[in-house]
Amino acid sequence: MRDERAYRPGRHGKRGRLYRSREERMIAGIAGAIALRRGRDPTVVRVVLVLLGLVSGFGVAVYLVAWLLLPREGSTETIGSRALSDRQGITLALSLIPAFVVVLLLGSALHASFVSSWGLPLLIGAAGLVLVYRNAEEDERAWLDNSVRALLQLGPEHHSRRAFLARIGAGVVAFVFGVVVISDAGLSRSWLRPLVGTLLMIAGTVVLLGPWWLRLGLDLLRERQARIRAEERADMAARVHDSVLQTLAMIQRSADQPQEVARLARAQERELRSWLFEGRAPGSFGAEGPATLAAGVEQIEREVEAAHGVAVDAVTVGDAPLDEELRALLAAGREATVNAAKWSGTSSVSIYVEAEPKRVSMFVRDRGAGFDPDAIAEDRKGIAESIHGRMRRHGGTAVVRSVLGEGTEVELSVPRQPVRP
Amino acid sequence: MNQPAKPRVFLVDDHHLFRAGVRSGLGDAVIVVGEADEVSAAIELIEERLPDVVLLDVHMPGGGGRAVIEAIKPNHPEVSFLALSVSDAPEDVIAVIRSGARGYVTKTISGPELIDAVLRVAEGDAVFSPRLAGFVLDAFASMPGVEVPGPLDPELDTLSPREREVLRLIARGYTYKEIARELTISVKTVESHVSAVLRKLQLSTRHELTRWATERRLI
Repeated sequence: MRDERAYRPGRHGKRGRLYRSREERMIAGIAGAIALRRGRDPTVVRVVLVLLGLVSGFGVAVYLVAWLLLPREGSTETIGSRALSDRQGITLALSLIPAFVVVLLLGSALHASFVSSWGLPLLIGAAGLVLVYRNAEEDERAWLDNSVRALLQLGPEHHSRRAFLARIGAGVVAFVFGVVVISDAGLSRSWLRPLVGTLLMIAGTVVLLGPWWLRLGLDLLRERQARIRAEERADMAARVHDSVLQTLAMIQRSADQPQEVARLARAQERELRSWLFEGRAPGSFGAEGPATLAAGVEQIEREVEAAHGVAVDAVTVGDAPLDEELRALLAAGREATVNAAKWSGTSSVSIYVEAEPKRVSMFVRDRGAGFDPDAIAEDRKGIAESIHGRMRRHGGTAVVRSVLGEGTEVELSVPRQPVRP
Repeated sequence: MNQPAKPRVFLVDDHHLFRAGVRSGLGDAVIVVGEADEVSAAIELIEERLPDVVLLDVHMPGGGGRAVIEAIKPNHPEVSFLALSVSDAPEDVIAVIRSGARGYVTKTISGPELIDAVLRVAEGDAVFSPRLAGFVLDAFASMPGVEVPGPLDPELDTLSPREREVLRLIARGYTYKEIARELTISVKTVESHVSAVLRKLQLSTRHELTRWATERRLI
């Protein structure tokens, strides 16, 4: 379910806060956050971030600062806000400064200008990493731990020690040679020098760290697949339990009452259909609920059938987007339907809803016991009052007609505001 | 219920279990003269036995209920058809009615109601389920601003206020008897209104009917 909306642009609104994505995550979920906001593919964002990081180290610094300042999806607290009270961590981060000063001095002594241009962003990045590591939530810290451990082990265990040492040696030699080529003034071709040096450094890094990257990537992939599968399974299990298993249990219990079995099967069929083909789970009339009148009526049909064991037949003519008046109409109509299901003593209730240009009407009818409107019991009067009151508040009307022994019909009606786009 | 001759009924449905269910639901109120589970066999047997009423599944392999009606109707106009369906998609229902069925009920209908519907169709009346009444009201809704291209034939393309009232009451779940009492008219008059609506439904060229929009309109 989650995946479908992952790349839709503006899901959180253009103005909304950025949230680090839990689903689209390679490191901290920041590319995922940006991708979601811009409606881009996360992979594209990742490539851009990596290129920015390579061109100037500030990409790395910005990424770590974002890690500190952006909250995760579903939470409001940032790692940064926790880090403010982490005195030890701040001290540790500050203590990185002298180390970097040494590196900078070394760099300028070797005439390696890239060291000085990369120094500051790397300092910021490293300080950020320290703070993130110390203040991240349990699972993120565990992930960092795992990654670092994998780095220390460097590569798959089944490789022989000799091959491992050879690889480390080759990587280090290539990297150091690259640094030397870049800083060595001996070569005459000036454009060749940084190129060869950089290539050598990259080759060394890949030889050194390649297996580690590969494993991290595979782990991440496996973890994500497992998580998606587990979520889907949990979702299915919950739905199946809520609906199908419950219904089957009820059918077993009422196997000797064919009418009841038919009703249960019908309600279940309707619910499964609406879930499978319309992707709608049973809900309410709130903002998360149905968007149109017809969908709202279908929902009343489903829910009252399921909750009260009567067949509800609803017919809707025309349709309209739900506004406050129509929600009130539906709420009162459901009340009337539930009343009919509870009190009429019959096994079926009819609902008829008609949306006309000027008004929307709803009829709820049963052929049950009926009652004398002049001699209503206290509790039922209260319910009728709530229907009447609700309709009046929204400028509508409610009429209850009932004949003893013949049934009851509730007629509800609200005027429509002519809203045209 | 026994003084007129029992109608002779033929069942067409590709589900064996459902035919058995309908048979037992109808009981001995009618004479079931045969059944078929696919279109070509149904056409052959119906032409041979000429039942009064054919109970017809809307959805079947080989063209569905429509194909059966279209094959029989020209040669044997006296055979009436009552469509049965699980689906309530308006285009299916309207299509089968326009090809000549005298009525439409859903498969969830109870035994006594089904018997009532069969008897009514056998007498030449029309049977509308509440949902079909709703579809018809929808299709014939007079919509300001959405004018139908071409001339409207008032005889066929619009419903009279009385017909509209009758359809509304059917959609609200009223029986013909209850409608007659509510409107203080006779049951016969109700039946003639419904038959008139059926005729319009079959003959009108309103484009809502000829090209039913799958999606419900937002008005």
